[in-house]
Amino acid sequence: MMEANATAALSPAKRLTPRLAAWAALAVVACGLPFAVTGYHTFQLTMVLVYSIALLGLNMLTGYNGQISLGHGAFYALGAYTAAILMNSLNVPYWATLPASAAVCLVAGFLFGLPALRLEGLYLALATFALGVTMPPLLKYKHFDAITGGSQGIVIIKPDAPFGLPLTGDQWLYFFTLAIAVVLFVLARNLLRGRVGRALVAIRDHPIAAEAMGVNSSIYKSLTFGVSAMYTGIAGALGAIAVQFVAPDSFDIFLSISFLVGSVIGGISSIAGAVFGGVFIVFVPNIASQISKAAPWAIYGVFLIGFMYLMPGGVVAFLRVATAWARRCFRKAG
Amino acid sequence: MSFKKVLTPAAVAIGLVVSAAPAVAAKHYGPGVTDTEIKIGQTMPYSGPASAYGQIGKAEAAYIKMVNEEGGINGRKIVLMSLDDGYSPPKTVEQTRKLVEEDQVLFMFGGLGTPTSTAVHKYLNAKKVPQLFLATGATKWGDPKHFHWTMGWQPSYQQEAKIYAADILKNHPHAKIGVLYQNDDYGKDYLKGLVDGLGAKAKTMIVKEVSYETSEPTVDSQIVQLKGSGADVFVNITTPKFAAQAIRQAYDIGWHPVQYLNNVSNSTGAVLKPAGLEKAKGVISTAYIKDASDKQWDNDADMIKFQAWMKKYMPNDDPANNFNPYGYTVAQTLVHVLKACGDDLTRANVMKQAASIHHLKLPMLLPGITINTSPTDYYPLEQLQLERFDGQNWELYGNIMGK
Repeated sequence: MMEANATAALSPAKRLTPRLAAWAALAVVACGLPFAVTGYHTFQLTMVLVYSIALLGLNMLTGYNGQISLGHGAFYALGAYTAAILMNSLNVPYWATLPASAAVCLVAGFLFGLPALRLEGLYLALATFALGVTMPPLLKYKHFDAITGGSQGIVIIKPDAPFGLPLTGDQWLYFFTLAIAVVLFVLARNLLRGRVGRALVAIRDHPIAAEAMGVNSSIYKSLTFGVSAMYTGIAGALGAIAVQFVAPDSFDIFLSISFLVGSVIGGISSIAGAVFGGVFIVFVPNIASQISKAAPWAIYGVFLIGFMYLMPGGVVAFLRVATAWARRCFRKAG
Repeated sequence: MSFKKVLTPAAVAIGLVVSAAPAVAAKHYGPGVTDTEIKIGQTMPYSGPASAYGQIGKAEAAYIKMVNEEGGINGRKIVLMSLDDGYSPPKTVEQTRKLVEEDQVLFMFGGLGTPTSTAVHKYLNAKKVPQLFLATGATKWGDPKHFHWTMGWQPSYQQEAKIYAADILKNHPHAKIGVLYQNDDYGKDYLKGLVDGLGAKAKTMIVKEVSYETSEPTVDSQIVQLKGSGADVFVNITTPKFAAQAIRQAYDIGWHPVQYLNNVSNSTGAVLKPAGLEKAKGVISTAYIKDASDKQWDNDADMIKFQAWMKKYMPNDDPANNFNPYGYTVAQTLVHVLKACGDDLTRANVMKQAASIHHLKLPMLLPGITINTSPTDYYPLEQLQLERFDGQNWELYGNIMGK
């Protein structure tokens, strides 16, 4: 009753109410889920959030700015190892490793972005592919053994909920990751929906016109590389804390490919698409191996083709079309 | 209402005590166990870079199928839930948690790989879930003091390398040793065993160490380097594909050192044949399981039984693949432990029984080799025998080495 009155009073906001309600519902679901499911599923949901952050980084770079990266697994690994080494060798608390991972990956991404400026399209894809392929042997390199743990990797101790909160370790990590994901998504939205975002898209769609309009293409491109790597690096750190272990075998080239697949499936030029991509990365391989233990990747391939055939613009584009269609039907009926 | 509230739980409790009392006296069940089944979890690389090892999981499943068809263990069928982790540690964590928390398995069995098993080592020990008979030779699995719930199975890589070191010191005391090893935990574990085994002489005897990555197409250039170092003993710590390349390349460039080949790659069918039987003549290795492609076992009763089992339960697979007798024998060890548990199928008792195996002989183990464990000894297999390839077959020589 009160709610209805409030809506009536705020007539300009009336149009926004369904949207607000949707966000509120989403928030309730996101906060309520870990209490409704087992620890194992909470862990999976945490991984969905982690991959979403990583994919958001990739979406910025590849979707908005048009630079293809087949090597984002390397930045994910860099973030993960930064966190693991800080926690293991220097006893840094887990939450303090995130800014460090972010800084390391921002710098690494920016520096990689500089020479990458000279590479366009497929050539850039190959250069980043090389980055992804190089990472695991580099992590095993014997002169880094003392800090990286070589091929044995590093085992991390799982954080417990602080301040005596009545949460399990899994639930706490989920909320910790959720909070960081929300902050990073809001930041990304502000960045991409404004001047910077328009400049990135302009560079992607028409580099010469963008330059003519006064967009400094090289600075934008290398900064995008840096910020994109930073997002993926933060995801790597969060992933390492959730999995409690890093090893070179965790970050092979297939991880980078999975990122690109997740990005495209979710909707590469969108922010929300990253979440759908995260869901795909975590759940589809499991479903595939449940269907066929002998050839799980063949089933995965079928899923991939199916998704691309039914939703060529990714899940987000499909949802947009679907809601528009539903609205039209609703209006006709009304 | 309050009367009902008090009475109902009381009645239920009495009912439970009455009905459960006789059962409790005889049976103790942990998670995943009922009167008709025992649920066991496993992670295996059925896909990904190490998918060849997935064969071990298939062989284990086939053996368990046979056990179930013959009535199971004390009337209970074994349900082996074997999930694919693609040799990726984060996936191993996810799948293991699914098996333990959702499927409620009694314990984890035969997980493959060192990095993958390391990823769940702490988790399983914290949860007090047995992590039994891991398919990896890393030395760290036998540490009951810190990891009470984890146990390996096969002889450790270091143990095996120490046997080669002893043989070199005995028969070639002035050798110049060249080592080729895979640049990962497995290769380094072997190398450490070799260096430890040679002791103070390691520094002077090992003249060259070269490594390779599994992503490299060949190890030809490494072999040329080793030849160039003037080494006259070659310790070959490689996985099957690279082992075959190394043996062939050494022969082809006219380098004829005394060769020691790690047990991982001593399959006649998978390594020596592709390398060229003639080129592999004189290679020394160790064994603890009978090689199904080796003719010396052709009339062995246990081998005939194994071959018959292969034909019936894995008709499309090659018995000469060493992973099959391996899986067959690990599965038999599992069956032994479950039988020893009787009706006390709790996690604590599974671990207790796994840690009290005495002189267990299994059909595919070399004669004289037995499985032994105790609460302070978490290395089930610690014995190996040296063998030399005569151009056709492996010839065992010397005594069974190790404890």
